[in-house]
Amino acid sequence: MKKKSPTLVNSCCTATRLIVMPQIIVSDLVKTFRVSERTSGLLGAVRGLVQRKHRIVRALDGISFAVDAGELVGYIGPNGAGKSTTVKTLAGILVPDSGRCEILGRVPWRDRVAHVSRIGVVFGQRTQLWWDLPVIESFELLRDIYRVPLSKYSAARDELIALLDLESILDVPVRQLSLGQRMRCDVAAALLHAPPILFLDEPTIGLDATGKLAIRDFVRRLNRERGITVILTTHDMDDIEALCTRVMVIGEGRILSDGTLAELRRRVTRERWLTVDLVQPDDSIEDPDAAVIRRDAHRVCLAFDPERVSPAELIRRVTSAHAIRDLFVENPPIETIVARLYRQAHPASSASGDRPS
Amino acid sequence: MTLGAVRPYVAIVSARFRMLLQYRAAAIAGLWTQIVFGLVILGIFEAFFRSTTRAHPMTFAQIVSYVWLGQALLGMLPWNADAEVRAMVRSGAVAYELCRPVDLYGLWYARALAWRTAPTVLRAVPMCAIASIGLPLIGLDEWRLVAPPSVASAVAFASTLACTLLLGCALTTLINITLLWTISGEGIVILTTTLVTFLSGMIVPVPLFPDWAKPIVQALPFAGLVDFPFRVYTGHIPPQATVWVVQHQLLWTAALVILGRWLLSRGLRRIVVQGG
Repeated sequence: MKKKSPTLVNSCCTATRLIVMPQIIVSDLVKTFRVSERTSGLLGAVRGLVQRKHRIVRALDGISFAVDAGELVGYIGPNGAGKSTTVKTLAGILVPDSGRCEILGRVPWRDRVAHVSRIGVVFGQRTQLWWDLPVIESFELLRDIYRVPLSKYSAARDELIALLDLESILDVPVRQLSLGQRMRCDVAAALLHAPPILFLDEPTIGLDATGKLAIRDFVRRLNRERGITVILTTHDMDDIEALCTRVMVIGEGRILSDGTLAELRRRVTRERWLTVDLVQPDDSIEDPDAAVIRRDAHRVCLAFDPERVSPAELIRRVTSAHAIRDLFVENPPIETIVARLYRQAHPASSASGDRPS
Repeated sequence: MTLGAVRPYVAIVSARFRMLLQYRAAAIAGLWTQIVFGLVILGIFEAFFRSTTRAHPMTFAQIVSYVWLGQALLGMLPWNADAEVRAMVRSGAVAYELCRPVDLYGLWYARALAWRTAPTVLRAVPMCAIASIGLPLIGLDEWRLVAPPSVASAVAFASTLACTLLLGCALTTLINITLLWTISGEGIVILTTTLVTFLSGMIVPVPLFPDWAKPIVQALPFAGLVDFPFRVYTGHIPPQATVWVVQHQLLWTAALVILGRWLLSRGLRRIVVQGG
């Protein structure tokens, strides 16, 4: 389910490769972890000393996909589905049990040092900046670690400072930054060596609305204007809707869906929602072709299949029988779509896993 | 080219060195502790020397210098794991270390270099000043740190001390690498603390060990951390024997680096990054 790459071509690999090879190729990736288990209580603790129990968890259970240069791919799934494991494998941190992965022609874990100098990584839950150093000194340290030539570094630094509005916080030690400020600095830090590929692992986690918007706007510009390939994992569906041209959904170590948001919706359900605001509280709204999914005092939400009953027909039936103040038709939120996809794929298990991610 | 190759490691060493120099309060507290420790140990040795009439393997003056050097250079002794690395392994931030385009062993060795030198510099300079100039002022003339007996001994000491640093950092890095298996590192730290402080001669100089134990202790790497360089300082090991000491230190350094690199490459294959 590959997509055509956007017209903007990545500056690093122009011209010479006219037959566009995917930048990232992953096939049949498997990664298992051993999780030690212990029965609870004192007796369990004692037993654990003599006899250890292990359970093998398949964090990645045969993952395959390909990403072209310049794509902005959202990677979503519940906690423990394997999102972070995938990102860490692509970043060369984890070594998979089997399967193939090539990024810019390199195998990440075999050629780690060369590989990581061509990618940028941000883990939203941690920082790569030095806790006690002012931001700018962390940047300079990264310049030396990535061996960035001075002129290139200055240009990249100045641009990132301007785009992410970092000027006023450059001299502040990282430990004194707010989460939003820190995340902007972390994103800048991941890009000082001008990588053509950026992995963002939950970059908006815990941020307030302004912080999220700042990160989103920046990532969008980075992708649209520079053609940097971005793989973004998130739990925030607004991130996905605002940014991603393509969404991959993972559950229990397998890719459940891969395509545009519209394709994902079509695949899971044709359902649409009609929400009606009533003049008077009224419990009697019902329709043979629609299901009531939520009923508050003045507001009722009906789910319907547009191929069974057209929106116009449903609206006519409802408005003729009840006094309506306002109404609107919408798609189910992407959260609902994804939750349903999981239920379809794993009918027995709950959506939240207990697996390392 | 070669300059470019070491640039990341030099940057790490200098950044961490500067960062560690900020901990002045800790240095003063440590300085005070070590002076008291030094005085107590010397009290014990004096009682020990006065209580027997047998010939001693070291003179009291040599013991005094040995003890003060030990207190001044305690920060170089690889007896514990780096708290920063421990925190990284626990929290999973070690993932970022692997995202750097540098050799991880080299990166951790560079960390160790800064960590074993900056606090030591902060402590050793005032410590030596107090032990050599301050003590005679309060009437403890016999307990003062004296200069090496000759220029040759001083030069020999400087070279063995440089090797001590390399050896100590190889051992520190090895301890840090074991954190990939044990996560908390408590057990390994208690074990190495005991092994290193005792077998290096930090508690009792190796010449005072029983005769059967001496060859074993002197063959192990730990003697190169304390006993050899300090005895070179006092002239107990003559300057011309330094070549042998340096060889011993460098051979063990090489062995520990090879062991560390092997363990690290195995550890990284089984790494589980903690938390999300």
